[in-house]
Amino acid sequence: MTIRLEPRLSTPRWLSPALTVAAIVVALTISGSIIALVGGDPIRSYLHILESSFGSIGVLSDTLVKATPLILTGLACALAFRMRLWNIGAEGQFLMGAWGASAVVLAPLLPAGTPGFVLIPAMMLAGMVAGGLWGLIPGLLRARLAVNEIIVTLMLNYVALAWIQFWVFGPWSESGFQQSRTFPHEAWLPRLSDFAGEVPAFGGLTVHLGLVFGLIAAGLLWLFLERSRFGYEIRLIGDSPRAARYAGIEIGRRLVIVFAISGALAGLAGMAEVGGAVHRLQDHISPGYGFTAVIVAYLAKFRPGRVIVAAILFGALILAGREIQPSGVPAMIQGVVLFTLIVADVLVRYRIRIERGGRPRLAAGDASPGTGPGPGTVVSDSGPVA
Amino acid sequence: MDFGQIAAYGLATGTALLFAAIGEIFAERAGVLNLGVEGMMLMGAVSAFSVALSTGNPWLGLLAAMLVGGLLGLLHGVVTIHLLADQVVSGLALTFLGTGLARVLGEGLANAEVARIPNATIPLLSAIPVLGPVAFTDQSLLVYVGYLLVPVAWFWIERTRPGLHLRAVGESPAAADAQGIAVHRLRLWYVALGGVLAGLAGASLTIGVGHGWFGDQTVNGRGWIAVGLVIFARWSPIRVAVGAYLFAAITPWILAMQGIDTILGLPNPFLPGRSATFFLEMLPYLFVIAVVILGSRGAVRRRIGAPAALGIPYVRGERGH
Repeated sequence: MTIRLEPRLSTPRWLSPALTVAAIVVALTISGSIIALVGGDPIRSYLHILESSFGSIGVLSDTLVKATPLILTGLACALAFRMRLWNIGAEGQFLMGAWGASAVVLAPLLPAGTPGFVLIPAMMLAGMVAGGLWGLIPGLLRARLAVNEIIVTLMLNYVALAWIQFWVFGPWSESGFQQSRTFPHEAWLPRLSDFAGEVPAFGGLTVHLGLVFGLIAAGLLWLFLERSRFGYEIRLIGDSPRAARYAGIEIGRRLVIVFAISGALAGLAGMAEVGGAVHRLQDHISPGYGFTAVIVAYLAKFRPGRVIVAAILFGALILAGREIQPSGVPAMIQGVVLFTLIVADVLVRYRIRIERGGRPRLAAGDASPGTGPGPGTVVSDSGPVA
Repeated sequence: MDFGQIAAYGLATGTALLFAAIGEIFAERAGVLNLGVEGMMLMGAVSAFSVALSTGNPWLGLLAAMLVGGLLGLLHGVVTIHLLADQVVSGLALTFLGTGLARVLGEGLANAEVARIPNATIPLLSAIPVLGPVAFTDQSLLVYVGYLLVPVAWFWIERTRPGLHLRAVGESPAAADAQGIAVHRLRLWYVALGGVLAGLAGASLTIGVGHGWFGDQTVNGRGWIAVGLVIFARWSPIRVAVGAYLFAAITPWILAMQGIDTILGLPNPFLPGRSATFFLEMLPYLFVIAVVILGSRGAVRRRIGAPAALGIPYVRGERGH
């Protein structure tokens, strides 16, 4: 008996979403079994996650706060992945963005007492520039020297963390603690609760302006990818670098630009987190947003609109996961989800056929050079990856 | 800290990097990129630690780590070789899965005293001047396994018939298939072998050279460093050994830097407690980036080293573009 994968000639429209949902259900089942195996109660864990992330308006607001950096970093990854650039460095770009935004307040680049309408745009700019420059490094290395971007972006995450630690333990330390002083109120992104005076229902709601940044960025990215010539070229490069090259599209420059934009989006996420949620710089500002972003982008199939939905789901997982024992559960669920999504993706593209009785007969020419990339292959512009 | 100590420490701590990197060389020479090394190492580390802790037998821990690593390698193999999934994404998923699962399984294990693989001194070799005290005196048995693995891996890949088949499926799977070599099965076995070695690498961090379980800090990026070293070494076990040992020797040098008061008469800015030590902590990661840049430039210039079919699933009868 042999199992064969045959490329589907046509894919029904319902298949992809159905398999995505199925993948999540399977992932939750597998994760639940593991939780049960180590002595936890999966049903109670899942109910707890649901309740403490969507159970009331208050916690829903907290979920959205967690989803905000995930939307922006998820968009950063989605853009890069769409071009088949493996930017695994959103975490580092997020941290550098947070650092850049903090520098405006703490260095200070702008004098104390600068009004919010000047300060906040300056922080946004600084965060995007810092994140963008951090993204530019792997972009330039890949475009100019054909250096594998996965390794570089990953290593830069560790470098960025050490960089943040230097500042919060050293020059910006608040009397020896591992954090900076709290930002002045002008540097805080407006929250819904700030308007509780006018709308009493907003009282206690922590959702901040960063969510709006995320929604606008998603809209702009959609326009960019689906409606602009540059976006079309990026998608073409992602689908088939060879075809793009035949069409005369120069890849290197676009690669650098995409990496810079991707870094800037992640940097904006860092800015929104320090400006909207944490209000100071410290070394533990991210519970791995930049890594979860990889899964968010993948779950969203690199579509900006779906990134928002996926980010809210994982925001809930991160929010509720803080109280779940064992503490590794959210990370484990993320890993299992990514695996089942990959398999689901395969089932969307291929039909599985089980044949009884020996190997299928070879047709003439069946063993001809098959080294070329098949569907779903990593086609790297710079030769083999890693 | 004198040179001999640093070298001995480099050989000891480089062992984990060596196992992981040679495992990755096997997988990549067979044409399968596995970015899940970090996750497999963490799972190996936690399996070895918890089995050694509950049974009191470090060898059982070692076995468990290799088994778990091998199973994770098989998972990556089945998903990428048979289900044709993207090797990059599957490898990343493996790292996420391994990291999360290891944290779940390792909950509450920290700071427990555990039986370790013993150290040993090799009788005759330890008498060699300079080299003996550094390389063959009071090192973990796993370090000696590492010494043996390097020439064995090299000989297997470059000089034996199975090694020829291994290179064939990584360089030209269609030609190998035409010769009657079972491309898929062979790739699967070598990815699994890579997992076994990554598990061993993890075990050497918790019950071998290093000891103790410190959550995901136990591996702390070493899996990724191993992947970087493979590029630097251009897929050669000999060069990867040099890289792994040299790289590991950087760490004690950094520690030594923090212990001295003045450098060339100037006050040392990296004294403990001063925040500038974080710049020293960046060094290993910057070093990997530098190494990958050098490795890539070499690869571009000569177009050799990287297995031609690396990262490309093999489908019989499917033509390239």
